[in-house]
Amino acid sequence: MVSAAPHGPPAPSPASATDAGGTSALHIRAILAKVPDPEIPAVSVVDLGIVREISADRVVITPTYTGCPATIAIEQMIRAALDANGFADVRIETTLSPPWSSDWISDEGREKLRAYGIAPPPKGAATASVKNQMAAECPQCRSSNTEELSRFGSTPCKALWRCKSCAEPFDRFKCH
Amino acid sequence: MDKIATYALRLGDDSLVLGQRLGEWCGHAPALEVDLSLANVALDQVGQATHFLNLAGEIEGEGRDGDALAFRRDVMDFTNCLLVEQPNGDFAQTIARQFLFSHYQALLFEQMTAAKDTRFAAIAAKAAKEVAYHATLASDWVIRLGDGTEESKARMIAGLDWMWRFADELFLMDDVDVAAIAAGAGVDKTALRAAWDARIDAVLAEATLARPAPRRATTGGRVGRHSEHLGHLLSEMQFLQRAYPGATW
Repeated sequence: MVSAAPHGPPAPSPASATDAGGTSALHIRAILAKVPDPEIPAVSVVDLGIVREISADRVVITPTYTGCPATIAIEQMIRAALDANGFADVRIETTLSPPWSSDWISDEGREKLRAYGIAPPPKGAATASVKNQMAAECPQCRSSNTEELSRFGSTPCKALWRCKSCAEPFDRFKCH
Repeated sequence: MDKIATYALRLGDDSLVLGQRLGEWCGHAPALEVDLSLANVALDQVGQATHFLNLAGEIEGEGRDGDALAFRRDVMDFTNCLLVEQPNGDFAQTIARQFLFSHYQALLFEQMTAAKDTRFAAIAAKAAKEVAYHATLASDWVIRLGDGTEESKARMIAGLDWMWRFADELFLMDDVDVAAIAAGAGVDKTALRAAWDARIDAVLAEATLARPAPRRATTGGRVGRHSEHLGHLLSEMQFLQRAYPGATW
């Protein structure tokens, strides 16, 4: 899962290694797993790999794109979820490094995206190349006979594609 | 403002002004896909500007954040290069500006990713991924228009010709750059020129376009000497804070 990503120092809280801290972190993770992405509500902020680290006293998040307008909404939604569940003292920190990658979207998240009608990025594709041109699989009919209509789509993280088999247009999560 | 803060300010101003310019296309582009593309590039630029201007304010240490720097400075205090403030013109002129600038920005951020100052490196690493996408988009269009119809080719040539005189300024260095490099934050921009020339020339060749004739470089943006165009851009962008200073909602 995302918190196990090789990022920064381990949770600084002395309690995090103990039952108390560990239990809190697990509890917080369960709460955040229910916080939807404001632009793509089918997936949670945890599924998308936006949540980088959870400990008993802090949650570290990272933006997908520098200008993504959802960044502020995401922080507010996480704040509200923490407050509503008795974690008002847990602070939220934002980090830019290492930069978010679509490779961090969980397997579960990929499936949810597909079910929602958005072709998920192939796993590992972002590491391989920024300009990944592999044909997307149509989330409707699973055909790979697809073409890119526009490299940019309705949000910073998506491109516009079309299926040549079933003729449906669809969004594709960009490899990033 | 000290030199490292000014260095961050220049990076932020480049992105901010270009983001604002591209935003003018929103709802007016020749096709829906193009409208989406330009708005997305604009959004990335404004995002990068937010990070660099916040950093500039943080280094300055006088309580100004990115918003204060964006909305409460007048034209002579802006330090963006002249290229990004050039008017959109037609679509080909906009693409010409994006083409020259995105390849510069891509090289700059690729280098800055390795900066010792992690504040600059972190923003650059994030932005580099976005800008690689912008450079590809602009290059694709240069090829499509240049190697297109007689009309699109003529417009692409005219667009490049308009923008070309502002390219040299991208690679100019002064005491701010020298200080930023010494502090482990900055990039030696003169060293980027050869790679930039190679990338530009490769795309122009594929677009069946000749490199524009050399022009006398027009410079001055880094020290606040701007074209008339920037003032008009700011009067729109800063309208609210000028009419209602300090307004929040």
